[in-house]
Amino acid sequence: MTQQLILYPLLLQLLLAIVLMFFWYRINAQKVISILGSILHLGLTIYVFSYIWNSGTQTIQAGNWEAPFGITFVADTLSITLVLLTAIAGLAVSIFSASSMIPDRLKFGYFPIFHFLLLGLNGAFLTGDIFNLYVWFEIIIISSFVLITLGGEKAQLEGAVKYFTLNFLASMIFLTAIAVLYGLTGSLNMADLANKVAAVENRALVQITAVLFLIGFGIKAAVFPLYFWLPASYHTPPTAVSAIFGGLLTKVGVYALIRVFTLIFVGDAFLDELLIVIAILTLFSGAVGALIQNNIKKVFSYLIICHIGYMILGLGMFTEVAIAGTIFYLIHDIVVKTNLFMVSGLIYRIKGSSSMRALGGFYSDYPKLSLLIFIPLFSLVGIPPLSGFWPKISLITASFNTESYWALAAIIFASFITLVVIAKLWAEVFWKNPGEIPKRFKFDYFHKMGGSRKMGFVAPIVFLSIVSLYIGFGAENIQILSSRVAQELMDNQLYIDAVLNKTQISE
Amino acid sequence: MEILFAIIIGVLYAAGIYMILRRSLVKLIIGIILLGNGANLLIFLLGRITKGAPPIIPEESKVFLEAYADPVPQALILTAIVISFGLQSFAIILVKRAHKVVKTDDLDEMNATDEDS
Repeated sequence: MTQQLILYPLLLQLLLAIVLMFFWYRINAQKVISILGSILHLGLTIYVFSYIWNSGTQTIQAGNWEAPFGITFVADTLSITLVLLTAIAGLAVSIFSASSMIPDRLKFGYFPIFHFLLLGLNGAFLTGDIFNLYVWFEIIIISSFVLITLGGEKAQLEGAVKYFTLNFLASMIFLTAIAVLYGLTGSLNMADLANKVAAVENRALVQITAVLFLIGFGIKAAVFPLYFWLPASYHTPPTAVSAIFGGLLTKVGVYALIRVFTLIFVGDAFLDELLIVIAILTLFSGAVGALIQNNIKKVFSYLIICHIGYMILGLGMFTEVAIAGTIFYLIHDIVVKTNLFMVSGLIYRIKGSSSMRALGGFYSDYPKLSLLIFIPLFSLVGIPPLSGFWPKISLITASFNTESYWALAAIIFASFITLVVIAKLWAEVFWKNPGEIPKRFKFDYFHKMGGSRKMGFVAPIVFLSIVSLYIGFGAENIQILSSRVAQELMDNQLYIDAVLNKTQISE
Repeated sequence: MEILFAIIIGVLYAAGIYMILRRSLVKLIIGIILLGNGANLLIFLLGRITKGAPPIIPEESKVFLEAYADPVPQALILTAIVISFGLQSFAIILVKRAHKVVKTDDLDEMNATDEDS
């Protein structure tokens, strides 16, 4: 019973997706099932999280094949934290989609695919097998392809072509890396790989494999030279889709990087330096890109890229403090980015435009909503005591400790530019007198909606803002969590023992 | 045999990436297919090619007596083939739709997403 516990979040999402398919044309039933299912999923994940928190890393061998041979599912603190965050973001986006997606899109199976996407995310976080990780990645990208093209508008299809090509390429590079790794070690289990890769004598080939993984995951995580698909596609689909993409999809890439570079390819000075250089360039280019954009969604797209840099930077410095900073930032970023895309959707619904130049006067029209939106916006910048501030302390401390002053400069520069961007956005959208936005006929304006649909827009934003506030004001708890994850990650023997030793006991 | 395979895989990868870099959408699909096949063959090659030795333990023994063909790469390739088949069919439909809506085959003209809006 308890052993299978870690699979339940995954199975629940699968069940939800299948049940939803039976209600293909009955949209209202789909909305109810999706929201209730997401609430149930959140409750279940919280339970599993507390179980893992109290009793440590859990593993399960699929089909009872012993560890290095079968597929292993591993729930350590990092995995289960991310599963929990997926559940939080999933619930918010589920509510948001129920009120923001137009019925025509829902009729083409939006909700089933959405839950398949969440299934893929859960699977990717929980698996302990590198080829299985590839399969989960494919489930994620196939679902995301459907979500990004659903509706078939011109911009969507153009964005989708770019999104598809680069993600397919990333998958192929990932597959190539798995092939080379299998050729080197003859194993696919990540814990077993960690042992075997350390024993390989041909270090050059190991480094090449590591770089292949870095490129494959780097495209998905949108790091410096590989991010161009992201700003070209993330603003094209409906906002609910952008929200789940922005919040979680790039973070799967970051998770995979963290997992692979703390477990399998450890302690390679060249790789660590490479990661730091990439991170600095990512911070720089994302920040500068955000500075010149006019469309709100594109600004947020570039800020995703920019803030991926922080996480990669912590991974590159590879000290316990730095990894803790990375994990804290990951937690903060998933919540806040999902929220910000929903905010951009709300602004679009209210004003009928996403252009910063045209928007304005939001504060005088909707003072309470503006105060609400203030929370995610300035959490993102990291004004203390809001949530973006705390992980930066860890990262800055770590860059002093490792004497990487370029990294320090990049952190401060990127924070500063983020502040400038958000301040500009605030001044343009909220304070400035509005420009001329032509009234659109047949447009579903916010003020024409009924009360319950309005609630459907605002409630998820409130929910995620409260989570953000908790991360900011309850930073001590999150810091304890991140430090524990960092300890587990720095000592990869813990993970290896959890996966491999358990089978020896059962023998 | 291995060398022949290595050359074929190299050609498939090179041709695939070259085709992806072209501007035409149809060539993009061809590139994707070539690249997918290259990756599958690479798994096959790196699982070591063993001829005429199926991984079956003889009846009178409890362990393998000789070198045997590794069955894992075949399972991996089977999975990868199915996945890439699905992706390729999606790509064909996507390109067809994109061509119909955007009315061009040229990737360079697909720049509506980069416009200032």
